[in-house]
Amino acid sequence: MSNLAGKVALITGAARGQGAAEARLFAERGAKVVITDVLDEEGRQVAADIGDAAHYIHLDVTDENSWAAAVKETVAHFGKLNVLVNNAGIVQVKALVDTSVADYMKVIEINQLGVFLGMRTVAGPMKEAGSGSIINISSIDGLIGMSGGSAYCASKFAVRGMTKVAAMELGPDNIRVNSIHPGGIHTPMITQAGMDESVMKDIFSKVPLGRVGQPEEMATLAAYLASDDSSYSTGSEFIADGGLTAGFSLEH
Amino acid sequence: MGALDGKVALITGAARGQGAAEARLFVERGAKVMMTDVLDDEGQQVAAELGDAAAYMRLDVTSEDGWKEVVAATVEKFGKLNVLINNAGIITPVAELHETSLATFQKVTDVNQTGVFLGMREVVEPMKKAGGGSIVNIASIDGLIGMYGAVAYCASKFAVRGMTKVAAIELGKYGIRVNSLHPGGVKTKILDDTGMTEAQAEEAFKAIPLGRIAKSEEMATLAAYLASDDASYSTGSEFIADGGLTAGFALEG
Ligand SMILES: NC(=O)c1ccc[n+]([C@@H]2O[C@H](COP(=O)([O-])OP(=O)(O)OC[C@H]3O[C@@H](n4cnc5c(N)ncnc54)[C@H](O)[C@@H]3O)[C@@H](O)[C@H]2O)c1
Ligand SMILES: NC(=O)c1ccc[n+]([C@@H]2O[C@H](COP(=O)([O-])OP(=O)(O)OC[C@H]3O[C@@H](n4cnc5c(N)ncnc54)[C@H](O)[C@@H]3O)[C@@H](O)[C@H]2O)c1
Repeated sequence: MSNLAGKVALITGAARGQGAAEARLFAERGAKVVITDVLDEEGRQVAADIGDAAHYIHLDVTDENSWAAAVKETVAHFGKLNVLVNNAGIVQVKALVDTSVADYMKVIEINQLGVFLGMRTVAGPMKEAGSGSIINISSIDGLIGMSGGSAYCASKFAVRGMTKVAAMELGPDNIRVNSIHPGGIHTPMITQAGMDESVMKDIFSKVPLGRVGQPEEMATLAAYLASDDSSYSTGSEFIADGGLTAGFSLEH
Repeated sequence: MGALDGKVALITGAARGQGAAEARLFVERGAKVMMTDVLDDEGQQVAAELGDAAAYMRLDVTSEDGWKEVVAATVEKFGKLNVLINNAGIITPVAELHETSLATFQKVTDVNQTGVFLGMREVVEPMKKAGGGSIVNIASIDGLIGMYGAVAYCASKFAVRGMTKVAAIELGKYGIRVNSLHPGGVKTKILDDTGMTEAQAEEAFKAIPLGRIAKSEEMATLAAYLASDDASYSTGSEFIADGGLTAGFALEG
């Protein structure tokens, strides 16, 4: 499959987890990818594994000037920019009453402000490229609540909302904007949050598909939204959660 | 692209419009397709163009016996069944609630809603045997928001969206995924039945973010995604392709 031929994608938080899986799959399907993250060593390694179709740039998504520089470098390196995956994010599980303003703002700055800056910075180059696709990685926590997620849910609901506004404003320039809502995905975000394999297995055995998702299964959805196959979709939520938000069961 | 290699798909309402576009794209991407409809001439014609990878059978989706026959024949002909696209549907001329007859209401419900219920129920056994499957129910944006003058149609499409989630919860354990696809305006014959002319339809969709009505092929690509293993972790969700129609409203321009 090479349905991403001719696409140049910038992916944030691509040094590991879902972002790295997206970078690999996008390159495999014919895209050029700019891998960005704050984890330089891991990010450079992913880019090196992929080869000439990939390029690494340090980008802290909370930094306005770094965004401008990274987008400029992408266009200089690969000639254009027509796909952005706003994937970088952090999780925080803390009770509302224990969440300090500093705790709260840290999550909002990375997960929410980072997406705002990314969308704003790429609009110009995408318009020049004639079209584009922006994919914002939200979460099921942008659809429903999560206990201990006052900052995380706020940021992910905000991403879902901003996606729709951007879709309306950028549609006339043929720039599509959609959000992806992963359920539980086996990445360092979960494993480093202190959840061990058996606890993870147990929790996700309860979703209809009975298992945790893999980063590669989010990469395929991102690839669909990046490709021209999704030419009539904009401003919508794309969920890949194994059925977690489908409903509840009184049985078993 | 062989993203659908190894898939055997049954598509309802496949004689024309979105269903026909799905049949064409699915074959192009490696699937075998059983096309069904009540428009036999048109259905046979499309199947003939597609060659050995496609076949046509008559199926009125409201017929329980018809479903059993077609599902058995599909497995007989292509060896298994692992994809179902519940696409057949009808709409009636715009009429307000108080002008809608019981007969009209029931006719729309039978085709758009009972048809989907029967289809999902009948494919469970063959899909279990196949080791899993993907059911794609074609709802509509009218399964997400209201549409003036379409009380029966909206009821049926909201029902499809709801049944999708129940089926997803029940069938997940068999590796059967179930999702709904929500098209916005698509240029097909169904629009004639709302009483809109082609020119009126084109004009009406200029105001949405992407500024145009969709082609059937743009729904087929989404159905193909959901049918493929690329969508392996998605079940029980809505997949929207509406050019931004439901994203929100603009006070500007
Ligand atoms: N894993 C899950 O269960 C899950 C579920 C729903 C949504 N998500 C979302 O998916 C996205 C990817 O997460 P993941 O699961 O791959 O986890 P991950 O922790 O492996 O990856 C996140 C990446 O973002 C990077 N990052 C963090 N802060 C950054 C900053 N300021 N600037 C640039 N990069 C930064 C990290 O270095 C890391 O490489 C996140 O937005 C996350 O919220 C994850
Ligand atoms: N065109 C749009 O704007 C639009 C928007 C949203 C949703 N949809 C939905 O998309 C689906 C496909 O519609 P389309 O746009 O291709 O229109 P279409 O009228 O071209 O196709 C519908 C097909 O369903 C068949 N059909 C009708 N009753 C049937 C029955 N009882 N048994 C079997 N087949 C039957 C028709 O013969 C026809 O071939 C429908 O479910 C429709 O509600 C269409």
